[in-house]
Amino acid sequence: MHIMREVASEFANPVMLYSVGKDSAVMLHLAMKAFYPSKPPFPLMHVNTTWKFQEMIKFRDETVRRLGLNFIEYINEDGVKRGINPFDSGSSLHTQVMKTEALKQALDKYGFDAAFGGARRDEEKSRAKERIFSFRDRHHGWDPKNQRPELWRVYNTRINKGESIRVFPLSIWTELDIWQYILAENIPIVPLYFAKKRPVVERAGTLIMRDDERMKLLPGEKVEEKLVRFRTLGCYPLTGAIESDADTLEGIVTEMFTARTSERQGRLIDTDEKASMEKKKKEGYF
Amino acid sequence: MNAPTDLQKFLAAQEKKSLLRFLTCGSVDDGKSTLIGRLLYDTKLLFEDTLASLEKDSKKFGTTGGDIDFALLVDGLEAEREQGITIDVAYRFFATDKRKFIVADTPGHEQYTRNMATGASNSDLAVILIDARKGVLTQTRRHAYIASLLGIRHVVLAVNKIDLMDYSQAVFDRVVSDFHQFSARLNFASQVAIPLSARFGINVIEKSKETPWYTGPSLLSHLEVVDVDTALADTAFRLPVQWVNRPDLDFRGFSGTIAGGRIKPGQPIAVAKSGRTSTVTRIVTMDGDKAEAVAGDAITLTLADEVDISRGDVLSDPQARPVVSDQFAAHLLWMADEELLPGRQYLLKLGTATVPAQVSGLKHKIDVNTLDSHAARTLALNEVGYANFSLAQPLAFDAYRDNRDTGGFILIDRFTNATVGAGMIDFSLMRATNVHWQAVDVDKQARAAMKGQKPVVLWFTGLSGSGKSTIANLVEKALAGQGKHTYLLDGDNVRHGLNRDLGFTDADRVENIRRVGEAARLFVDAGLIVLTAFISPFRSERRMARELVGEGEFLEVFVDTPIEVCMRRDPKGLYEKAKAGKIKNFTGIDSPYEAPEQADLILKTVESSPEAQAESIVKYLRDKGYLG
Repeated sequence: MHIMREVASEFANPVMLYSVGKDSAVMLHLAMKAFYPSKPPFPLMHVNTTWKFQEMIKFRDETVRRLGLNFIEYINEDGVKRGINPFDSGSSLHTQVMKTEALKQALDKYGFDAAFGGARRDEEKSRAKERIFSFRDRHHGWDPKNQRPELWRVYNTRINKGESIRVFPLSIWTELDIWQYILAENIPIVPLYFAKKRPVVERAGTLIMRDDERMKLLPGEKVEEKLVRFRTLGCYPLTGAIESDADTLEGIVTEMFTARTSERQGRLIDTDEKASMEKKKKEGYF
Repeated sequence: MNAPTDLQKFLAAQEKKSLLRFLTCGSVDDGKSTLIGRLLYDTKLLFEDTLASLEKDSKKFGTTGGDIDFALLVDGLEAEREQGITIDVAYRFFATDKRKFIVADTPGHEQYTRNMATGASNSDLAVILIDARKGVLTQTRRHAYIASLLGIRHVVLAVNKIDLMDYSQAVFDRVVSDFHQFSARLNFASQVAIPLSARFGINVIEKSKETPWYTGPSLLSHLEVVDVDTALADTAFRLPVQWVNRPDLDFRGFSGTIAGGRIKPGQPIAVAKSGRTSTVTRIVTMDGDKAEAVAGDAITLTLADEVDISRGDVLSDPQARPVVSDQFAAHLLWMADEELLPGRQYLLKLGTATVPAQVSGLKHKIDVNTLDSHAARTLALNEVGYANFSLAQPLAFDAYRDNRDTGGFILIDRFTNATVGAGMIDFSLMRATNVHWQAVDVDKQARAAMKGQKPVVLWFTGLSGSGKSTIANLVEKALAGQGKHTYLLDGDNVRHGLNRDLGFTDADRVENIRRVGEAARLFVDAGLIVLTAFISPFRSERRMARELVGEGEFLEVFVDTPIEVCMRRDPKGLYEKAKAGKIKNFTGIDSPYEAPEQADLILKTVESSPEAQAESIVKYLRDKGYLG
């Protein structure tokens, strides 16, 4: 909350990037608290790749309506025209164009000078070294060697025209912290996190939910109804489900403290290339 | 499994756990990353897929010959993997049944010492690693000193790689005694030394049979029980205001994170800077009003009275107010490649307030090996000094030893916006509270009106030989001919008197311009049109001079002459001497000139005569109404 208030006070045009997932839910909840009784003094923006789960979009629209927030959706229309999609283009090109490029376009279009993101240091090795206030140059690039030291709770928020800062208020939270907080504060989350019978296809050892007709079946594949849930949410063709019967928050936390697999395993983009996350960040991905 | 019961037990246990934030530091290759990897591995916090990728990476990059290389768990970035050193601060999380931990893995390499200060600023304990084969090194001393400087009161001396010294007690004892000799002069409340081998897990989690002579706890058992409670909630109440919360005309709240003490509705508060007082009426949160809030809580307060409060103010206990002053003495750790320039204006951010500030006197720098003080004119990257600071406006603050949040500050370069220094306030300089500005009745406007002119500084800047003095002289003659009151401050002339004691280093150039700026300000105050002709190569100082006088009272005149032309003219034969190496720090030769980005007037001297240039300036002044 301290971090959010600093950003709201010191930047001309901040925005909160909202990915509809559980981390975004917690981040949004904290923003509602930080500025209460005022509304958060910045808009919420969703960079939509057009391949998100339908339930995510429904949940997103309900949340925005319920909280009465200023909301922006951004889609890379150029990418849509080029027909970029995760099946034919490959996951890395799809992510590059529809997520990384789209984010840069959106930040430039609206001239945002600070953007909140829900990334956490425990997610992945290169993220462990990310600052809370992460400085980006005019081209949204991230230079791991040229980051500002962060002492105490004093954040250097000064930038020149065209430069921007990405802000990670959940930086020191762990996945378990997130779930415990959702449980303690009873924060609404997308139903996909709860176990339910869903139509899934097993592909390359991962269970993919067939969310719409755009997913073509390969020879030998068949759709099965399985009791599954998701630990992390993204584009449905790139998000693996896990078999689980945890259909309540309590069930999820119980599953968590006995879990032996880290959450990013369900994300197919990470295993694409060595040190892929670090590479993506240098290019401007969150 | 009986899930609900187990879950409740689990959650209850989680709530009771306290959090320990600590950092690890040591020299390159002392095994910091390996130690943290070992703690994560042995406390079973690694997931199966992370383990699988670790085993794969160990074979590819590992330095342990096929065994699991724990350092690979924490050395994330590609560059450092290739170089085999940690280059940034990495934060790691683990937990045991007794405590939760956040570890800052900080770099050993000297050039990244600033990152260690970052890790230390948010930690309560430091684990200082020493390679048993190498003993106490310069880096060890530096790290112990920085930890102590940043207020860490508890240290663990981890004597690593003891396996390579045959688990020798004599080796261990010698390292510990060397360290104590040095650390006796530092302000640590507890120091515990432990012989370890991170690679083999000796004395990390459990005590090992290999060191029967060692009677103390294992590293983890010590970390689980060490008492680092700083009792911030028992100090004086401080709330630096971040944001004024005004959703509508009926609600006016003040949001911030409590930096010290506790507060309840009904208690009095004082606004430190203005001295105004009021009473807390509510502590407002989304989950309903609170009966009490303590240090660390992010809250919104409402007050009984309409008091003028904005971001940067500190609400405090009226019985124990912070100091309010525009001058203080502080320790300063320099974190930029470009050295500190005393007299240059930086931005100082303390809590939620940001003000222009300068180092008004560098007392000494501190040799981190011996803790001795040496006279110094500047600080380089990673050096620590003790300095007096002078601020453009007074701030409310405490001594750093009393409160880290209201006594620690950063310095920001005004052009690059980089964080260049970290400071810890020692005490206020009383001078500031006793010397007040003397108000006088005849003011600038009155003096200027008598002369029928508007006071202004015409600040000529450009290379040596560009024609500054020539043109300024012509302008002054023209103005004097029209009965205007002027004064010309010339670079060479001033150096014969006012600035006779200054040389040509960067630091002296800054001081030179500061004094000229102050002199120009006095003349403007006297109602004069001031012309200054100085190379004034740095943007920062020209900006400082501009900010000393009022809006519209400063015109930057860039005498834009290419260096080849200046060298050809060379009226004083200086370029010739500089090229021959007879003059050091000559602008344009071995000292930089930063051209203005937004000069009010630009004179291209190769395109027209000095007389024509002077005429154009006089015309500009007349058009803008400076000549009455």
